[in-house]
Amino acid sequence: MHTPTDSRIVECLADNDIGFVTSLPCKQLAGVIELADQSPDMVHVPCNREDEGMGMCTGAYLGGTRSAILMQNTALGVVVNSLATLIQFYRVPLPMIISYRGEVGEPVACQVEMAIHTRPLLRMLHIPAYVFSDPSEVDLLGGILNHCFMCRKPVAVLAQASFWSKAQ
Amino acid sequence: MNRYDVLTTLVPVLRDRLVMCNIGSPSQELYSLLDQDSNFYMLGTMGLCSSIGLGLAIACDEDVIAIDGDGSVLTNLGTLATIANNWQENFVLLIIDNGSYGSTGDQPSYASARTSLTEVARACGCQHVVECEAGQAATVLTETLADRKGGVIVCKCEPGQVSVPVVDLDPVVIGHRFMARLSKGRSRA
Ligand SMILES: [Mg+2]
Repeated sequence: MHTPTDSRIVECLADNDIGFVTSLPCKQLAGVIELADQSPDMVHVPCNREDEGMGMCTGAYLGGTRSAILMQNTALGVVVNSLATLIQFYRVPLPMIISYRGEVGEPVACQVEMAIHTRPLLRMLHIPAYVFSDPSEVDLLGGILNHCFMCRKPVAVLAQASFWSKAQ
Repeated sequence: MNRYDVLTTLVPVLRDRLVMCNIGSPSQELYSLLDQDSNFYMLGTMGLCSSIGLGLAIACDEDVIAIDGDGSVLTNLGTLATIANNWQENFVLLIIDNGSYGSTGDQPSYASARTSLTEVARACGCQHVVECEAGQAATVLTETLADRKGGVIVCKCEPGQVSVPVVDLDPVVIGHRFMARLSKGRSRA
């Protein structure tokens, strides 16, 4: 099942020439992942861990294909080294479309633990972060992707619970 | 034969090929034996050599050789499942298995004990998995490339490395010259 908002996200990725996407399953990102998988414009390769995914994104980028990763914010704890010593060190542009679990409305207590660290981690790593709380903010995604490839940095889009609950 | 000896025999096979090379001693040794624009040296991020190689093979038509180690494959074991399930006929993963963590002082890895990376690769569903002795590596790699079906080669060798300088290239230069070489190759084709 996917929503029109999911479609707009994947169309925006395709419009910005993103031809390689990796992901781990996520309830909130499920529709985006499903559409990325079906899209004729991009190759979707699921990864087992997000650092592995960032490795594949780097390889695709070296091969001339823009890439992106779909992940949960909890995974930021997994990828700090990959972000610092691979993505940032080699200046690989990498959009991270992140489902921002653990904010107000979150039913699972443990998700709050990493939510508390999410923005401090991104700030510590000097990664530009954009919070989406309403589906209308998908309008900003094209500009964010363009910015990412212009400056060759990782950027984070944090799509929080209200974004997904209002998405249709 | 240790890894340096193996890499020495591989030089003619690796020349002008896209080579993704593992962090630490493997990259330093390759850098001293055969530096070329089409080598991508990993300067950080242990374990991701095979993942970068796979992503590259998906994105380009040229053959890609990822030179990985037993220790780094063990740190990213899921990569073998990803490779198996997204098989690329232009991707060869060469695991130089010296049963040890060479760059940190030859501490034994589990690949030197009860764990066979060859069997793990097969169990993950990888195709064309070949285990060979150090002296056969160049022949096996040449044949695997000629078959153009992709493959995983586990080359068993002795621990130990030679003392060579660190890779003093800037990471951005490594990436830039690699990508420039790729686009040149593309316009020639
Ligand atoms: Mg080793």
